[in-house]
Amino acid sequence: MLTDYSTIGIFFLLSLSFPLAALGLAALLRPKSKFDPEKIVPYECGVDTKGRTWVRFKVNYFLYALVFLAFEVETIFLFPWAVKFNKLGIFAFVEMIIFLIILLLALFYAWKEGALKWY
Amino acid sequence: MRGAETFFIDLARLIVTWLEKQGMSPLVADIVLLVIQFICIAAIVTVNIIILIWLERKISGFIQQRLGPNRLGPWGIFQTIADAIKLLTKEDIIPSQTDKIIFRTAPIVFIVISLMLYVVIPFGDGMAIVDLNMGVLYFISVGSLGTIALLMAGWGSNNKWSLLGAMRAVAQMISYEIPLAFSLLGVIMIAGSLKMSDIIAAQNNVWFVFLQPVAFITYFIAATAELNRGPFDMPEAEQELTAGAYTEYSGMRWALFFLAEYTNLFAVSAMAAVMFFGGWQGPWLPSWLWLPIKAYIIMLVFFWLKWTLPRIRMDHLMSFSWKVLIPVTLVNLVVTGCVLQFFK
Repeated sequence: MLTDYSTIGIFFLLSLSFPLAALGLAALLRPKSKFDPEKIVPYECGVDTKGRTWVRFKVNYFLYALVFLAFEVETIFLFPWAVKFNKLGIFAFVEMIIFLIILLLALFYAWKEGALKWY
Repeated sequence: MRGAETFFIDLARLIVTWLEKQGMSPLVADIVLLVIQFICIAAIVTVNIIILIWLERKISGFIQQRLGPNRLGPWGIFQTIADAIKLLTKEDIIPSQTDKIIFRTAPIVFIVISLMLYVVIPFGDGMAIVDLNMGVLYFISVGSLGTIALLMAGWGSNNKWSLLGAMRAVAQMISYEIPLAFSLLGVIMIAGSLKMSDIIAAQNNVWFVFLQPVAFITYFIAATAELNRGPFDMPEAEQELTAGAYTEYSGMRWALFFLAEYTNLFAVSAMAAVMFFGGWQGPWLPSWLWLPIKAYIIMLVFFWLKWTLPRIRMDHLMSFSWKVLIPVTLVNLVVTGCVLQFFK
């Protein structure tokens, strides 16, 4: 018998076959593409591309990612608590409320400091 | 009716016993069964996308007071098939300045991730491939990996539209992932389990949409944003970014992205049906018809929203998640906890 996670592992290998089969079928059916330097320039609405694309990007995105990280870790804490909520009783409930309040305060702090502002 | 209800489970058992009679060990028989299940899921996904695209084009036509596809076959139902054949036979163009490896793997990663979501979806009574004991967590975590595929596509393309689209997609998807997970927490608190079958069993008397209406609304909004669907389709806003992260893709590679988006759409709708609408439970019809029916109704609402509402601006979109949805879901969590604690 397969365990749950070995099933998922085998399913992962099987699902790799789906895009590979689709791409393989397309490779068999499609016409051979003729080389043409004009055809393979980056598409930027007909205008030649200027400068590099891989540049340092706007810092806003990074700030959101940092706040996201804090919340995502919190989610991991909340899941086991939510599952066992009915058995844990009042103590765990109060504890988690304090935790949530601290997090909400942190969110408002980040908000006030301008991490959530979009320039 | 009883026979129809357990038809697929009986069929699976029949195949396994037949294989074992042929001298296969139980392990090999299980693997063969898994291969058959995978082929079924691939077929479901492919048929689904053909129906869904046709349906969406017809519905958008209806909403915009035009006909939609109407040439091929009655009501244009063969239009998607013709499109699929066209995409299969298109020549393969990889632009010169791309990061070749990342560019080629991105669509594969995206479709594999969306197929992996189907492992835990219970298509009927006892008809999930794996009824994982942390099914909901698996669904959320695998679902969020799609972000990486979009970032790969955008960065690998070496195109300004693609990069902007990918960055927007990443910012949006990570922002809306938190309300998505939080809104499911309320349901999990009531059901007391992460297992899909337990959650469905907990909805025997009343659907969770009536116990957790706020959670359902926030889940629905967050799911729309996670799927990059309108009105949250900023990452591929065609009027300003051409096609976002998909700009450089053509032919089959592009089709894989498209396929994965609709695959995700069905998975998320099925998940909404499981979490809030009693999953496969329903009268008269067998359970494996109820889940698709519910998922299709939810998808119709997704289509309706997309073609009715105008696109939301990027800064509004981000602040809506952080300043409205997250506080609302947290308060919903606390209220749910209070009610469960004091009115039990």
